[in-house]
Amino acid sequence: MSRAVFFISEAFRALRRSAAPSIAAIVTIVVTTLLLGVLVPVLKASEDKAQDVRDQIGLNVFLYNEAARAEIDQLGSELATIPHVENVDFVSRKEAVEILSGRVEGELSESLNELNSNPLPPSFALDIDDPANLAAVTAAITKTGPAGDRQPISPIVDEVRDARQDASKITRVTGAVKLILIVLAILLLLASLMLVGNTIRLSIYARRREVEVMRLVGATNWFIRWPFIIEGVIVGLTGAAVAVGILWLGKVTVVDPLSDNLNLVDSLSTMGFLPLVIILVSSAMIVSALGSGITLRRFLKV
Amino acid sequence: MALTRSRSNRGRARGHSDAPSRYEKRTGAPAPKPPIVALKDATVVYPGGHVALERVTLEVTRGEFAFVVGPTGCGKSTLIKLLIREIEPASGEVEIAGHDINEMPHSRVPKLRRRVGTVFQDFKLLPNRTVYDNVAYALQVIGESRSEIRRKTPEIIRLVGLQSKIHSYPDQLSGGEQQRVSIARAFVNHPPLLLADEPTGNLDPETSIGIMQLLYRINRTGTTVLVVTHDREMVDKMRRRVIALEDGRLVRDEVSGGYHDESTREFAARLHREMEIEPGSSDVNDILDW
Repeated sequence: MSRAVFFISEAFRALRRSAAPSIAAIVTIVVTTLLLGVLVPVLKASEDKAQDVRDQIGLNVFLYNEAARAEIDQLGSELATIPHVENVDFVSRKEAVEILSGRVEGELSESLNELNSNPLPPSFALDIDDPANLAAVTAAITKTGPAGDRQPISPIVDEVRDARQDASKITRVTGAVKLILIVLAILLLLASLMLVGNTIRLSIYARRREVEVMRLVGATNWFIRWPFIIEGVIVGLTGAAVAVGILWLGKVTVVDPLSDNLNLVDSLSTMGFLPLVIILVSSAMIVSALGSGITLRRFLKV
Repeated sequence: MALTRSRSNRGRARGHSDAPSRYEKRTGAPAPKPPIVALKDATVVYPGGHVALERVTLEVTRGEFAFVVGPTGCGKSTLIKLLIREIEPASGEVEIAGHDINEMPHSRVPKLRRRVGTVFQDFKLLPNRTVYDNVAYALQVIGESRSEIRRKTPEIIRLVGLQSKIHSYPDQLSGGEQQRVSIARAFVNHPPLLLADEPTGNLDPETSIGIMQLLYRINRTGTTVLVVTHDREMVDKMRRRVIALEDGRLVRDEVSGGYHDESTREFAARLHREMEIEPGSSDVNDILDW
């Protein structure tokens, strides 16, 4: 107990004495944590968005206008039995117009009303469990005939269309964004690790004689190491706390007001602020504590 | 018989290694304690090929006060480094209290160093700590309780005569004062063995006598003291065992004079007389009054 008190007071003594390197280390941690604190939610948001898009990918089976009710019902139940199909929704011609007019606004909506007849065919909207199974489901609906031509399972099927092309485009874009962000994050992490390590190394190097003397008067490695590690934890904690404070300020003043209007920003809040804080603070602490612990090894060989 | 011999020959217990078994056989009594320091054919080679010590064999018995002398570069400081395992021998053995210190695992080295107080030539004080904190560090290292530290630290600082400088930093002290802080730190947890590397180097004769007096007093509490020095005059006056090194080889090992039982005061008076210095100007004199 008294030993813990001694180690902590030693750590604070060291921090007080080497104020400049300590502040440098703290600032480094602040900057890194800040950048990570922005990058991580953005990464998470883009991942969520991509997932969102993938979830929306379904299959539309368009029917001929002349399809009879009985035929439609029969096809509906047949479609539901196809593997990977999670849900089958019939969209009548009238519903199709409603959906469309709900999606488009202004002039386009008016011009839709000006049409005398409904140009939209009835359709089935299928939900697929995974976008990877789109092709299999499509194949199940339009079977390949003996002559090699594609034959729908029912004569009332006009066309099977999926949003695969759109989806793959979106996946590609979000994938690229994600890759760039991850590479950036890794580079940043590496740079800050080296920076923090270097800062700590400098402050320990300045005290290497002291460490040597401690060894020579019979201090064990851990006796010497603990104050340094506690020092690292204090530096990490302070840096992370400052960064979290800035992040919180940014969240309250910039992100929160925007999230009412913007869809993308809204998904930022999918990353809870508390877990983010916990991750940032603990990683900052671990990095700096490990940094001092490892750097010290070199000087403990006496 | 064997007992008498060993008593009368304190400090020259040669051929000790095979003695205990014969001793035990003859007397049936437990073997005497092994010498506190024993070097057997110890050779030290520094990186670059310089041979600092060459096949040095010597023993120091418990309670002895011995000098290691020789010109600069003869291997005196190397000997000290060897005894606290700051360096390891290329060959041969180094034993402290019967344990080969180069056999012990690295993790045991701190324990060894706590049992061997060392006064370094360059003092090796922690620059950012006060006199008090420097001395207290040696106690903190061994896990002494805070109340004990608060009791022992001022006591030993008073013993070395630095009570007025207790809150000074090393760079505010003179060489002699730093030397005394170093001695205080080395001795604060009463190690059985005290090594002093040039404790009077660069000090004026009066302060040197003060330091010697201090070491003598420490020796009289039962601590074995091994002093490395090139101060021949001081050594001659002290009339203690002298181990002389030259070019890394042991060239002389003898006990001169027989002043083993004089008090610290008599000791100081004799030193003053023989070195022709007027006593009284040393502040150490007042503290060591017993």
